[in-house]
This record gives sequence, C-alpha cells and structure tokens, in this order.
Amino acid sequence: MAVTVSIPTILRTHTGGEKSVEAKGSTVAEVIDDLEARHSGIAGRLITEGKLHRFVNIYVDDEDVRFSGGLEAPVGENSSVTILPAVAGG
Amino acid sequence: MCGTGVRARTLVTVLVIRADLVDEIVAHARRDHPDEACGVVAGPEGSDRPDRFIPMLNAARSPTFYEFDSGDLLRLYRDMDSRDEVPVVIYHSHTATEAYPSRTDISYASEPEAHYVLVSTREPDTHEFRSYRIVDGVVTEEEVEVVESYMFAHTGADDIPDND
Repeated sequence: MAVTVSIPTILRTHTGGEKSVEAKGSTVAEVIDDLEARHSGIAGRLITEGKLHRFVNIYVDDEDVRFSGGLEAPVGENSSVTILPAVAGG
Repeated sequence: MCGTGVRARTLVTVLVIRADLVDEIVAHARRDHPDEACGVVAGPEGSDRPDRFIPMLNAARSPTFYEFDSGDLLRLYRDMDSRDEVPVVIYHSHTATEAYPSRTDISYASEPEAHYVLVSTREPDTHEFRSYRIVDGVVTEEEVEVVESYMFAHTGADDIPDND
C-alpha cells in the first residue's frame, strides 16, 4: 500500500518538480528507503548518520515523528507523510 | 556593430513589498524585543508578491535564536497550500546585531524562492530592514522597494533602457 509523501520546494529537484509522490513502507525509515529507490539522492537530504537531519521535520499525518518514534515511527496504510524544512535561525 | 547593443545584464533581484506589511513586520519585531520575532508573508504561488502577514510564535523565545514550532509549521504550510500560496517573505529580527543573516540563518535557510527579511531592533529609535536570497548557503542581498500598492509597482519590465 503506497502512502502519499508531500515534498517541499527545496527537495523537488529530486522528484522532477512533483509536489507529492507515492512511496511504500510501514515505518518512516522504510518510506525514506523507498523514496530513495525512486528519487535518488533524497535520503541524504533527510538523514545524516542514521538520524533525521535536524533541519528537516517529517510528519506522519499531524504528528512530528520526533515525538512518535523518529525513523521507526509507524506509517499506516492511509497515512500521509509530510516533509518540511524547519524554519529557524539565529 | 561594435560596442553597442550588448550590455552586461546582471540579474538584480528586488523585494517589492507594501508599506503596511513593512510596518507590521517592524511592529512585531519591536513587540517581541529583546527576543527575536519571526513570521511569514505569504503570497500567491508564482507571483513573488507578499500579501498575507502571518506572525509566528518564536518557539525558542530567545534573544539569539528563533524557531517556528513544528506543529505551527505544519498548520502554516497546509493553510498556504490550501490557498495556493507560498512563503514569499520569511522574516525574523536580530535584537542586538545588524540585519544580516547569521551562520545559523544560512545553515537553516531552505526556501530558495523566498525573500529572507531581517529587521534589526538594536537601536530603539531606528530599525534596519533588509532582504536577502539564501540559496545553497550563498547570501545575496537585494534591494527593498516599499510601495503603497502593488497596482502601480515597478514590474521590472523597463529595466533595460532602449539603446537608441
């Protein structure tokens, strides 16, 4: 079962400009692996050294996965995944 | 023909923004001083025209750092998506230093099409209001053109004068 992943502007170079794409997986990590298989290079923009990049937020439905298991957070069959760059600075 | 007709064109970017939006941004920065204030001015996708002022909470509540709360961020982007808007301006204040992007600002900047506006409130009576593009870690300052209304705003079409 594929879930819909919403892609932010800065990562659309990897998806041919598409704002949302399909991916398969039952955890965030699996979804990212599947995204990488379809859109090479995208995983490196999301994960560094096995952890979610601190400049990026990933949500499953309305939940920021940092608060729900990180990369192991479950992704349900009808979930939507949203990737957004953090807006922050000094 | 030699020497005529060809002149170097550099791509000069400019932020054209309504005066009332500038006033709102500066007022927000003053209100939250000495903490940094932050927010967005959304506008129709593809228009490059800031239109809807959206002050955000600085979840860090800090004089040296700002951060949109992650839940607020998701709601903001969903709301903009539903209106076919993008963040034309992303603004924040510096409360003790000049209105120039810090190293942290540059490392976080991830909206290549946005105008990053910085306001400095370090002086109580005057403020700096400056705008930048930040793309792949490269900062380019741009002009800020404040207008009363976009209806009569300079569109850029007459940038290159006729040669004859």
